[in-house]
Amino acid sequence: MIPNLASPGWAVALIFIPLLGAMLAFLLPRIGVTLGLLAAVLTAGSVLPLLPMLAAHGATNIRIGGWGAPLGIELSIDGLTMAMLAMTALVGIAVSAYATCYLRPVPSRPDGQPDLQQRHFWPLWLVLWAALNALFLSSDIFNLYVTLELLGLAAVALTALSGGADALNGAMRYLLVSLLGSLGYLLGVALLYHAYGTLDLGLLALRVGDETVTRAALGAMTAGLLVKTALFPLHFWLPPAHASASAPVSALLSALVVKASFYLLLRLWLTLFGDLDSGLATLLGVLGAIAILWGSIQALRQARLKLLIAYSTVAQIGYLFLAFPLAATGGAVVWGAAVYLVLSHALAKAAMFLTAGSLLRFGAHDRIADLDRVVHRLPITIGAFTLAGVSIMGLPPSGGFIGKWLLLQAAFSQGRWGLALVMLAGGLLAAAYVFKVIGYAFTPAVVPHQAGLVPPTMEWTALALGAGAILLGFAWPLLWPLLEIGMPFGALAPDPGAAVGPWLGGPRILAP
Amino acid sequence: MPDTRSTSVPGTVRARALPAGPGPTARLILLLLLAAVLVGLATAVLSLPPVAPGLGAVVTEHLPASGVEHPVTAVLLNFRGYDTLLELAVLWLALLAVWSLTPAPLAHEPTANPMLAALNQLLAPLMILVAGYLLWNGGHAPGGAFQAGAVLGATGVLLHLSGRRLPRAVDGWPLRLALLLGVALFSLIGLAVMAGGAPFLTYPPASAGGLILAIEAAATLSIAATLAALFLGGRP
Amino acid sequence: MTPASLYALVGVGLIVLGLYALSVHAHLLRKLLAFNVTGSGVFLVLVGLARRTPAAAADPVPQAMVLTGIVVAVAATALAVVLMLRVQATCGRAALNDDLGTLEPLQPPPTPPAGGPAASAGSAEGAPPALTGTTAHAP
Repeated sequence: MIPNLASPGWAVALIFIPLLGAMLAFLLPRIGVTLGLLAAVLTAGSVLPLLPMLAAHGATNIRIGGWGAPLGIELSIDGLTMAMLAMTALVGIAVSAYATCYLRPVPSRPDGQPDLQQRHFWPLWLVLWAALNALFLSSDIFNLYVTLELLGLAAVALTALSGGADALNGAMRYLLVSLLGSLGYLLGVALLYHAYGTLDLGLLALRVGDETVTRAALGAMTAGLLVKTALFPLHFWLPPAHASASAPVSALLSALVVKASFYLLLRLWLTLFGDLDSGLATLLGVLGAIAILWGSIQALRQARLKLLIAYSTVAQIGYLFLAFPLAATGGAVVWGAAVYLVLSHALAKAAMFLTAGSLLRFGAHDRIADLDRVVHRLPITIGAFTLAGVSIMGLPPSGGFIGKWLLLQAAFSQGRWGLALVMLAGGLLAAAYVFKVIGYAFTPAVVPHQAGLVPPTMEWTALALGAGAILLGFAWPLLWPLLEIGMPFGALAPDPGAAVGPWLGGPRILAP
Repeated sequence: MPDTRSTSVPGTVRARALPAGPGPTARLILLLLLAAVLVGLATAVLSLPPVAPGLGAVVTEHLPASGVEHPVTAVLLNFRGYDTLLELAVLWLALLAVWSLTPAPLAHEPTANPMLAALNQLLAPLMILVAGYLLWNGGHAPGGAFQAGAVLGATGVLLHLSGRRLPRAVDGWPLRLALLLGVALFSLIGLAVMAGGAPFLTYPPASAGGLILAIEAAATLSIAATLAALFLGGRP
Repeated sequence: MTPASLYALVGVGLIVLGLYALSVHAHLLRKLLAFNVTGSGVFLVLVGLARRTPAAAADPVPQAMVLTGIVVAVAATALAVVLMLRVQATCGRAALNDDLGTLEPLQPPPTPPAGGPAASAGSAEGAPPALTGTTAHAP
């Protein structure tokens, strides 16, 4: 069988290559690392054939089992799905390369600990990847529930993998929160099915109306997904879990797993709930604004690097929710900006956590005040942190800048000065906590470093991700037409290229 | 195998008291919140029309093409088979997670009770028979892989409790293969039909019944092995 | 009120009951039981309302969904119980700790190396002397 290069079968491959890879790595643990890495490369590669297919045919649906909705389950690919799949592939391949080094047993620590960790890491991580891809591709709300559970359990298991009281505690809290969130979502699924007789998102979009049951479903699903996305004040579980997991796992959790539940919320909002005038958009915006301030201030107060990065995630998630009130009049560009923030935060935050892992490996601690001129010894790592920091702060020309600039512009043009002020303050606070880390990296400390060995792969993968977050800033002319394929954000918007500034403008490569 | 990953050896950790629950004010706020949730959900449920067709008619219409006669089995294994596949993956994943958490099995004192052993010798074949019946029954009546797997898994747990252990020969990869046979076979059959250009998991109508039975048999074995292994809590 | 909506209302009651217990109890086993009560409530809403068909037979799709949901809940509960036992073995009680990082530092603080054996594992040659010895920051 020769697979057609433009075949939508590649979407199925995106789910089943990692799943089968996980099974093989589980079955043959001796060569588990090799199998896992091979599966990771193949999975990331399977994203590429989907791009020309999407450009040529537009949004595509795949009927699993040949039944089609409403009887069967359908997968669907549009620009938004494609962006999320590509983001997962980029972060996934980098973290995979990093993990082979990070989890390898170090000769100087002969307790065999990383060996066991690595043996279990690969099957769990590949299942997580399969779950992410399955979630992004599915257009059936009950199937989405199953992928959500698969994702949650894999994420919890990975969190607990590093052992230790903090990690186990963080994983337990994460598990309870994740299960509760899934139940909220499932309750919404039950209500929607019994009201409209279908589970397919496309059909639901046609049938859904402003009724009591729709509002109840909106409430249950939004609450469940907000818990999983860790929007203030439901963020309490995130810092313990993300900070106590091992570095590659933290990167995956912060960069990808949180984004999956945000994606699902966004998808539901765009297809089902967007027209409901419930005041929920305003509430989400307010909570997002508080999250930005609270998360940034908490990040600034942390003494440990991984906790700082985790609280920064709480703050950056806040930005995503500002899009909900702004999009009511701002339209597709605001959603595009939010997706841009999702993408750039994924790359930047993964880079930051990988950096933290390298520093941990080097100094055997992650206390910020004791970084002790580490820039002399790990310049590439500190460089990666700085590049990621530029995107987190929202400085040009990074991907984070584009997203925040577009949101800021929407806030100004709608006269929402409060939101604009919060965004600016969040940027300043982000600069403060990023420079706090960089500053200590240049300062001698009282306690000297242990200076462990950091393999070059670990340094360079972090740098590649950080550079990716910057390069994303230049990719807007390419990415915006891609995002628009299938019009996931509704009606076509005026060309936002002009809004970003002429210096970023360029030819449109991918015409929708 | 000693647990090398925990920072403190179990048993040496000092037992600590449970933290106190929320205070009276917090409880009152919680109760008010939950009362609002109760009223909201009840209103929503009562607002639904008393009669709704659902998808029952569509399922009945396509039932002859599904390869089985029971509508729930048709939905589980054919119309929405992808859900069931992912659900088998969830079950396998839970076991993966449990094994990664506990390198050693949880301690179960083997009961050296001759009565129990004798009873199990009687029960085990009967339960295996029941599992087989449930599996076969699933095609046209309530039953199927999960019910059969649960009974078979319980047999394994009973045998373990009466002191029986897996032979060393099947302890390694044969056990791991049994654990993922269901999800693996399901995935491979789903991918194999794509060779003919059909979408994922599209069974050829003529062989749908046979394929579903094969998947269910493999799933029964995997579910039984997984449930029993989850009970043991670690790598046996 | 039809029997179908009665089942669904009982389901709603179970959901709220479970949520209350989940918030009030500190012991993890009670939290897990509460989660399972809430889960049963959701399943009851899902399957109870399937009885509203005009025909005699109930809608099979929600039944299949509930079967899937139950298996997922079993898997999640099994993982949660084992995780709870690990928490108890490591932290001394089957409850969540509210205070983060007080139990143990992520890594033990480095004791100044005597003779610098750890420092010799450094990757870069010609590193600044401040990083390789204990005497570098001596006043």
